[in-house]
Amino acid sequence: MTQKPQSRLIRGARLVDSIQTSDSPQDLLIIDGKIAEIGETISAPPQTETIDAAGLYIAPGLIDIRVQTREPGGEHEETLESAVESAVAGGITQLICLPNTDPPLDEPALIAWIRQRGQSLGKTRIHAYGSLTKGRRGEQLAEMGLLQESGAIGFTDSPQAIGSARLMVQALKYARGFNSLVLSHPEEPSLASGMMNEGELATRLGLAGRSSLAETLLVERDCLISEATGSRLHIGPVTSAAAIDAIRRAKARGARVSCDTAAHYFTLTEMAVGNWRSFAKVAPPLRSESDRLAVIAGLKDGTIDAVSSDHSPRAPDSKRLPFAQASFGMVGLETLFPLTLDLFHHHGFTLAQALSLVTAKPAAIVDIKGGTIDKGEPADLIIFDPNQDWKIDPEQFKSRSKNSPLLEYPVKGRIHQTLIAGRVVYQHQP
Amino acid sequence: MAASEIIKLMDRSEYYLDSPPTTDHKKTLQGKTVINLFYENSTRTRTSFELASLKLGANVINMTVDSSSVKKGETLIDTAMTLNAMHPDLLVARHGDSGAVHLLADKVDCSVINAGDGRNEHPTQALLDALTIRRYKKNLAGLTIAICGDIAHSRVARSNIYLLTKMGARIRAVAPATLLPSQIQKLGVEVYHTMAEGIADCDIIMMLRLQSERMDSALVPSKREYFHFFGLDSRFLALAKPDALVMHPGPMNRGVEIDSVIADDIRRSLIRPQVEAGVAVRMAVMESLVA
Repeated sequence: MTQKPQSRLIRGARLVDSIQTSDSPQDLLIIDGKIAEIGETISAPPQTETIDAAGLYIAPGLIDIRVQTREPGGEHEETLESAVESAVAGGITQLICLPNTDPPLDEPALIAWIRQRGQSLGKTRIHAYGSLTKGRRGEQLAEMGLLQESGAIGFTDSPQAIGSARLMVQALKYARGFNSLVLSHPEEPSLASGMMNEGELATRLGLAGRSSLAETLLVERDCLISEATGSRLHIGPVTSAAAIDAIRRAKARGARVSCDTAAHYFTLTEMAVGNWRSFAKVAPPLRSESDRLAVIAGLKDGTIDAVSSDHSPRAPDSKRLPFAQASFGMVGLETLFPLTLDLFHHHGFTLAQALSLVTAKPAAIVDIKGGTIDKGEPADLIIFDPNQDWKIDPEQFKSRSKNSPLLEYPVKGRIHQTLIAGRVVYQHQP
Repeated sequence: MAASEIIKLMDRSEYYLDSPPTTDHKKTLQGKTVINLFYENSTRTRTSFELASLKLGANVINMTVDSSSVKKGETLIDTAMTLNAMHPDLLVARHGDSGAVHLLADKVDCSVINAGDGRNEHPTQALLDALTIRRYKKNLAGLTIAICGDIAHSRVARSNIYLLTKMGARIRAVAPATLLPSQIQKLGVEVYHTMAEGIADCDIIMMLRLQSERMDSALVPSKREYFHFFGLDSRFLALAKPDALVMHPGPMNRGVEIDSVIADDIRRSLIRPQVEAGVAVRMAVMESLVA
């Protein structure tokens, strides 16, 4: 066995933190997994492994706050192991699992187990949300305090909404004593039975429509509940113009709310459903072009705080079905980075602004370390070329599931290496 | 499909409708195998396709797939692959989900006729409706046609809207807003919420079936209220053109969307001619795909 190097020096890359991109190439020295020094020219200590990153960029590893893994219970679609393989290929160094496993994450032991499993895999750091209600049934509160002691970093029944306003009030009140984060999935269940965005295309395809009113109503309701209880609330994914505007107004009133969207909501529209393409079936549904532009505007003015992948792996047999029978969801861990860079390439965001949506900002929402490049902090980093052109090919994904409608979708920006605690956990093979 | 192709199909259908059966017809699909794959119960459409196949001399196999075998786990695509391996010449498929027949057609090598998929389309019904109208009104262009009732859940309505607007007819959609799909006007129809306005001066009134589950899902309050405001009776029919004709794709709910007297009035109702045209249209469609 070879001795793993104690120190590593990344040479000649430009640094992107959440504020700006450095004007000139920098060296970054990692000692014992932590960032030891950043400077124009650093002389390496003996036995330092050097990574030549000339012409490339370094940024904090991505933090994905909305990931469905399928372990336990749906290992044929994704295991924690395949999820982290997929995540590191996508430059994601921390991810937070939604609790919709089978059984759901409503038991403290399950949260502890998932965290341990993440540690033993030694790649992307895995965190988990506890389910907000027992069994994710939307009836009784889960043991939020105990779950939090076991490491749950927030509570949600997502991708299931809390239909009962009373339950949401109680959850937010109860969470306040534990200073816990509650996350709301914004779709009023009684209005969310449709298969795709309501509108002309749904009518033409003969599919039941799912109106954005379902989203707006729940966003308005939960913002009001958050204000009334004084408890923090995170909402997501938000996808439609009216819902984003509701959050904008709530924030202006001083509500303690934050929200995220998923990368596909500013990348695709309902047109991706085309002729009943079930890979484009997600919940909330892909919306209209004006909603897509409203998502981008919301990201730009800070109404939307972060971008997630909303990774939802599905086996072929649950997608190769008539549209109405097919499962919801698309995979996203390996496309989050290039799709987010589209904001930089095409929508007037600086590189630092675009990347902060998947680094520092999500870290702040769930209150975990990371998402920045600071001396003394773990070296969770990506080395990338922001301008490299490539086309998405789901068959190449490390994820066990390949359900992405983005086949052949042209993107710009390629992860070359992903480092976690200074170790290279992913190396792009051109 | 171009209007000229539609006209060709209608002409050929009319030939089959008017000519007595000949041995030549029987040779058209001789030795060919037609599989009727029905995921939904249907008496009239399946029988109509079966009869059309037999009249053209084809061998017909009927497969009615009930939900039990779906529960056994065989998916639509599995079934498609199995059937494909038997090398049929034509598949006639009906399914309860929109787009399902499209999915099926992607997976098999033979031609597939959509006999109705979810609330998406029912093309042969639209063809037979168009043919029936043409026989009684000579021309489709310039006619005002009111489609009334549960348009939201109706594949017949969608197919008729596409076909009849293409042939130059003006289409009205008449229904309470709960039974209209979002943005239906973008399909080129005028929207009305009352029968009186919607039917006024129409040439053709096409009634649609109202399923009783629409009451359960709170789309309409009751059958009697529905009949009072949206059921076709003599009060409403009097508002249409004096020579206006009435159609219904069947099966009818008498006393819900249509008054029995009107349904049975052979001077006004085209319901029986519609069924007769159905067999002829399906013969013409099958012939165009296989022969």
